Amino acid sequence: MILVAPVTTPLADLRADFPLLDRSVNGHPLVYLDSAATAQRPNVVLEAEQDFLERRNAAVHRGAHTLAAEATEEFEQAREAVARFVGADVDEIAWQSGATDALNTIAFALGAASLGRGGEAARRFALGPGDELVVTEAEHHANLIPWQELAARTGAALRYVPVDDDGLWTLDALRAVVTERTRLIAFAHVSNVTGFVAPVSEVVALAASVGALTVLDACQSAPHRPLDLHALGVDFAAFSAHKMLGPNGLGVLYGRRELLNALPPARTGGSMITTVTMEGAEFLPAPQRFEAGTQPVSQAVAFGAAVGYLTDAGMAAVHAHEEELAQRLYEGLSGIPGLRLIGPGAGVERAGLVSFDVEGVHAHDAGQYLDDRGIAVRVGHHCAQPLHRRLSLTASVRASVYLYNTADDVDAFLDAAEGIRAYFRV
Amino acid sequence: MSDELQDLYRETIMDHARAPHHFGLREPAAAESHQLNPTCGDEVTVRLHLSPSGDRVESLSWEGHGCAISQASASLLSDLVHDLEPAELTERIGLFRDMMRSRGEIAGDDELLGDAVVLSGASRYLARVKCAMLSWVAVEDALAKLPQAA
Ligand SMILES: Cc1ncc(COP(=O)(O)O)c(C=O)c1O
Repeated sequence: MILVAPVTTPLADLRADFPLLDRSVNGHPLVYLDSAATAQRPNVVLEAEQDFLERRNAAVHRGAHTLAAEATEEFEQAREAVARFVGADVDEIAWQSGATDALNTIAFALGAASLGRGGEAARRFALGPGDELVVTEAEHHANLIPWQELAARTGAALRYVPVDDDGLWTLDALRAVVTERTRLIAFAHVSNVTGFVAPVSEVVALAASVGALTVLDACQSAPHRPLDLHALGVDFAAFSAHKMLGPNGLGVLYGRRELLNALPPARTGGSMITTVTMEGAEFLPAPQRFEAGTQPVSQAVAFGAAVGYLTDAGMAAVHAHEEELAQRLYEGLSGIPGLRLIGPGAGVERAGLVSFDVEGVHAHDAGQYLDDRGIAVRVGHHCAQPLHRRLSLTASVRASVYLYNTADDVDAFLDAAEGIRAYFRV
Repeated sequence: MSDELQDLYRETIMDHARAPHHFGLREPAAAESHQLNPTCGDEVTVRLHLSPSGDRVESLSWEGHGCAISQASASLLSDLVHDLEPAELTERIGLFRDMMRSRGEIAGDDELLGDAVVLSGASRYLARVKCAMLSWVAVEDALAKLPQAA
């Protein structure tokens, strides 16, 4: 079947759908440029959760009463909606408490396989001395420390792809690190600090050539661009609902069906078993295999509404809108003296965020100054200490956009950013 | 600019941040402490230098990096310690902490805290209290490491 890409219509102004964006901060209208940390939620998402809790709330996959049946149906519909949204099959989507949790689940399942759990089927996942895990120097701590710990538990070695002075890594640099010993490559689709967009297909092909698994940290891509996990061909992926208009406390572990069903569970307990005796248990297939315990049902329902909202807006349109704003951000910041911009240069693809250092002004002071004018940006190391250390920074300022931001937001920020160094007299 | 922001970044604070006093670790030191603020990566190392008799703090030397508030605070503290007995210094750290936790309610006694009272403006910004406290916590820790006087 040939799919014709629909003509992208520009995004409507969606601000009115987001009640929080209406508030003021320190006497100024809020300019929210921290969606890479967490996104604001539209009314439809807030209402979906409220409506569910008011009418259908119950534990799912248990009990025979009407509420339980309705709740289960809605919970599973949300899973279907999310699966469709990222180009996965429904049983390849396991709810987790967040992307961090999802990445840890993969690491702990591989660790369990390395201890012999999961039997014959899981033997191919076993890690030990001589095996290598590969990450990049730009990873979020959530996609670094679980692999450090997995290496420490199994005796495998952790290797990393170094970044250059702009915080970027290349396929050549990756090729220099990947060998026959590589068993897994974990990398961010989009960096939460540099906005760099990884060449996913090439990484997948390289991994396949040495028989390594791929883990895609999709936290900064799933909310912002059309995503087709099957087409990308990654083995595992993780993302969080709260960065894509959904609730906190919910994230997704994606895994290819065949892999999820061969892995031993990372956590065990209720709702994920077939038979339990006093000696042991047998486990359900994915996704329940990775969903021990009572699930975050109303959150999943709200997340289903969030991906519905994003789908209605059109992810191609969301992406195009953010690219435009990112361009405006990048060009505007480039024109301000005394700022050092991190990440891809002019003309190179960059996601909707820009991190920068203000020469002579600490990121926290810059952030305080911006906040005084109602502008919310992220300051700090953005959970990427090794990357900042490599760039000889302890902290940076990050402005990030989402579908509800406008050119006016960007301009208000640029206007304020221009005054930072003068205010601190450097 | 809001009055609150002006109050946070007072002239005295910016002067200290730009040209911090007693910056650079010196030998010999009676005690040392290193503190880190994991949320922003700010770091400070302080050293206490005692008087020849050993019962008073002669001076403090320090090094670190961070925001204007944490740098100025360490510098202001380094101006305060001269010729205090460890117990007196401990007491003043307590007073400073009370001021920083007061959300702008306690102005601070400049007889006891010197120019460090200018940091009271930072106490209204919850996220900045830790920045201001960093070096004071380090000195508190260093004091606890001093060999106990017989
Ligand atoms: C690239 C990236 N990976 C992982 C995470 C972790 O996500 P969460 O904190 O929602 O688990 C984040 C968000 O902070 C991120 O930006």
